[in-house]
Amino acid sequence: MPEMENTPKRGVPSKRPAYPTEHFVADAEETPVAATDSATTDDAPRSQWSEAWRNLRRQPLFILSGILILAVIFVALFPGIFTNEPPNENCLLINSGAGPAPGHPLGFTQQGCDVLSRVVYGTQSSLMVGMFATLGVLLIGGTIGAIAGFYGGWIDAILARLGDIFFALPLILGAIVVVQLPFFRENRSVWTLVVILVTFGWPQIARITRASVISVRNADFVTAARSLGVSRFSALLKHVIPNALAPVIVITTISLGTFIVAESTLSFLGIGLPPDVMSWGNDIFSAEPTVRTNPMPLFWPALALSLTVLSFIMLGDALRDALDPKARKR
Amino acid sequence: MTDGVIENSEKGKASRGDVPVLQVKDLSVDYGVDKVWVPAAIDLNYEVRAGEVLAIVGESGSGKSASSMSLLGLLPENSRTTGSVKLNGREILGLTGSKLRQVRGRDVAVIFQEPMTAMNPVYTIGFQIVETIRLHNEISPEEAKERALKLLDMVELPDPDKAFKSYPHQLSGGQRQRAMIAQSLSCDPKLLIADEPTTALDVTVQAEILDLMRNLRNKLNSAIVLITHDMGVVADLADHIVVMSKGRIVEAGTAEQIFHSPQHEYTRKLLAAVPHLGQGGGGTDDVDITAALAAATQTELRGVDHDEQMRRERENEARLEEREREADTSRGAAVLQLTDVAIEYPKQGRVPAFRAVEGANLAIYPGEVLGLVGESGSGKTTIGRAAVGLLPVAAGSLTVTGKEISHATRKELFELRRNVGMVFQDPSSSLNPRLPLGESIGEPMFLAKVAKGADLQKRIETLLDQVELPRAYRNRYPHELSGGQKQRVGIARALSLKPKLLVADEPTSALDVSVQATVLELLKNLQKELGFACLFVTHDLAVVDLMSDRICVMRRGKIVEQGTRDQILRRPQDPYTQRLLAAVPLPNPEKQRERRELRAKLLASAE
Repeated sequence: MPEMENTPKRGVPSKRPAYPTEHFVADAEETPVAATDSATTDDAPRSQWSEAWRNLRRQPLFILSGILILAVIFVALFPGIFTNEPPNENCLLINSGAGPAPGHPLGFTQQGCDVLSRVVYGTQSSLMVGMFATLGVLLIGGTIGAIAGFYGGWIDAILARLGDIFFALPLILGAIVVVQLPFFRENRSVWTLVVILVTFGWPQIARITRASVISVRNADFVTAARSLGVSRFSALLKHVIPNALAPVIVITTISLGTFIVAESTLSFLGIGLPPDVMSWGNDIFSAEPTVRTNPMPLFWPALALSLTVLSFIMLGDALRDALDPKARKR
Repeated sequence: MTDGVIENSEKGKASRGDVPVLQVKDLSVDYGVDKVWVPAAIDLNYEVRAGEVLAIVGESGSGKSASSMSLLGLLPENSRTTGSVKLNGREILGLTGSKLRQVRGRDVAVIFQEPMTAMNPVYTIGFQIVETIRLHNEISPEEAKERALKLLDMVELPDPDKAFKSYPHQLSGGQRQRAMIAQSLSCDPKLLIADEPTTALDVTVQAEILDLMRNLRNKLNSAIVLITHDMGVVADLADHIVVMSKGRIVEAGTAEQIFHSPQHEYTRKLLAAVPHLGQGGGGTDDVDITAALAAATQTELRGVDHDEQMRRERENEARLEEREREADTSRGAAVLQLTDVAIEYPKQGRVPAFRAVEGANLAIYPGEVLGLVGESGSGKTTIGRAAVGLLPVAAGSLTVTGKEISHATRKELFELRRNVGMVFQDPSSSLNPRLPLGESIGEPMFLAKVAKGADLQKRIETLLDQVELPRAYRNRYPHELSGGQKQRVGIARALSLKPKLLVADEPTSALDVSVQATVLELLKNLQKELGFACLFVTHDLAVVDLMSDRICVMRRGKIVEQGTRDQILRRPQDPYTQRLLAAVPLPNPEKQRERRELRAKLLASAE
């Protein structure tokens, strides 16, 4: 155990006999008898959420990932602050694949566009896909999972099987098929991609929510609420869900990162965002042919992608530690 | 094995009582929490000799388990242990690796509280015992098996061969604990540490395990350290007692010294808080249950003078008749009435419905407390839950304040629930951890639309006053409170709608004795003050005695006996009630000796 303060509380070894085989009675002053079940009123009340927040604030992992995520969001909201170059203008083929130049610290793409500018402007769509896909998955998967877990029986059987069907379809295969549908083929945008990701992503959250709700459903305080006249539905809303939320929050945070990766994967394969939307995936795709001769246009968007995903996964880990103290490492 | 000879001669010496088997000197245990050492045990000194039982008694958080597990180095890594622990004069604290493993299991063995989790469910009992034997002795599998069977026979398992081949889940709780004891004895340990060995068991099974441990102590001449919170168990088994509180020994002495002339204030408080079966009536109304049982079963006690016994039995009879004459028969309409009720747990998927209660008849009248006692699986909790409408009634009629609820609609059930409050067993899980306490207490009133806004806040404050909690607790969260305080909040919530019937399901079994005493007193006072009827469900006869006007005894889904407190305690008729009463250990060594003899005779005559 690394340096720990020694608590000064330990008493001085007293004049007692070494082995109290005879009738031994401790000094009453040394061992005062506290009032049974005495009330403490000195510190302010703290809910479990605020306890978790207190714990979270002290974690280096949380601070690091929090700063990174805030920075990414800031870049997405105000891309103009970070680059003077509009992303798709001034693309001169004369600059194709050129290295860093004054005003263009990261060099140029094959089309002669500024890499920094594209990376900065690409943040927005990547982040939007991640955020909205997560939100959709949380709403749909969370609702279905909570209902299945709480009501059980045939409702659970049907919803769980439905989830299994979607779970069994590989995301990329499913996405390729869906993108071929006429409606999706004609309206490719950030939103169609979100719909695809949500369609294939909700069963994971549904499963987590269902398991978590089942573990809380039979807790005494739910029975207590029911025995006091709370209806089933309000017991679900008020008593079950707040207590089942912690693991769902953790998984959702981590999956936000994985959705950003999925966006890039699909864009790279040419079935994600349309080529006119700037995104890291599209940039990686267009830089791929020259990766051996000029890897830098691929490196920068890939770096941005990895950092963003990494910070969401780290945030998820930090949240898990804060929300579930029992699982915390010693 | 030349080693064994030396060991045995050492053991022989120890048995004469020259050298204590275990000498603990200035033992301290600390846990590292958030980079600070928090003491769990401070400067402990005690010793145990061969053939002697030392009981370490204390409430939760007293450090009794931590200090005992530290003897074997079984504490988690964030702990440190200082001081000296000598086993037969050899220092064992700070041993590591193979030397420590040699001590564990061979010289010192541990019996854990919950045999279901302490034994590995994927191996047979026999395999696990053989494994332990062969780990410490170089003998063939056949020899080890023979020895394992001998051990299983020694712990009085009815069919050792069958137990040898069984998996832990195939045995009952008591049998599992016997198998666990057999395993711990497999290498003739010099010291046996029993950590709450009977806490998870029913009272009749507990009595059997205590008998077994007493027999073993006489047979094996091992030293036993018994860790427990139950004063009855201590009185039954212990020669010496160490009382711990907050990591320190507050008092130590022989069983007689501690029970009859406790010196430290804490010991006195602890002993006063232990409910004493037969003394629940307060002062003059003590019941001599030993005499009552002796009379009911016509048993002659060897330990008691014949004339003395007759006098006690006559006195008991006289009191009973007196009480019957005094009895008040004007009762009013029943608050809760069960007529031939059967209760089933509904079938779930392919699991068929399970009938937990059959043919139950009972009634609770206004202002009365009915104690429903039984061991695990007797169906007592089932009746409690059905009375609140949480379980459907499969047959018969169940009325609450005159209204039939066996076929009630949802709306009728909602009405019913305004008349019935329920207090749950585990205070930590019966309050929503995300809600402030005021909201938990106020929720039923808000839903029933009896109060809202400022009026609701005022009612919440009144309820907090009633359960003797500060009003500021309204904004606190459950995890900030101790177990007893949480249970008070549970009581406040159950009483928020001024129910006519309160169902209390083991409300104190998760609490320490001293906390239990205050909570029971509070409940009793509230019952007198507010006059609600109460169905008090518990496994603890002493608590029932303390709380109830009438007692109802259940076994395997059936009510076997019911009557007033005096009828049940002074003249128990059913053999099961008699056995149950006889099995409750008394927190008094002499009376417990009497009771033990009675119980032995009772069981002998039943065979």
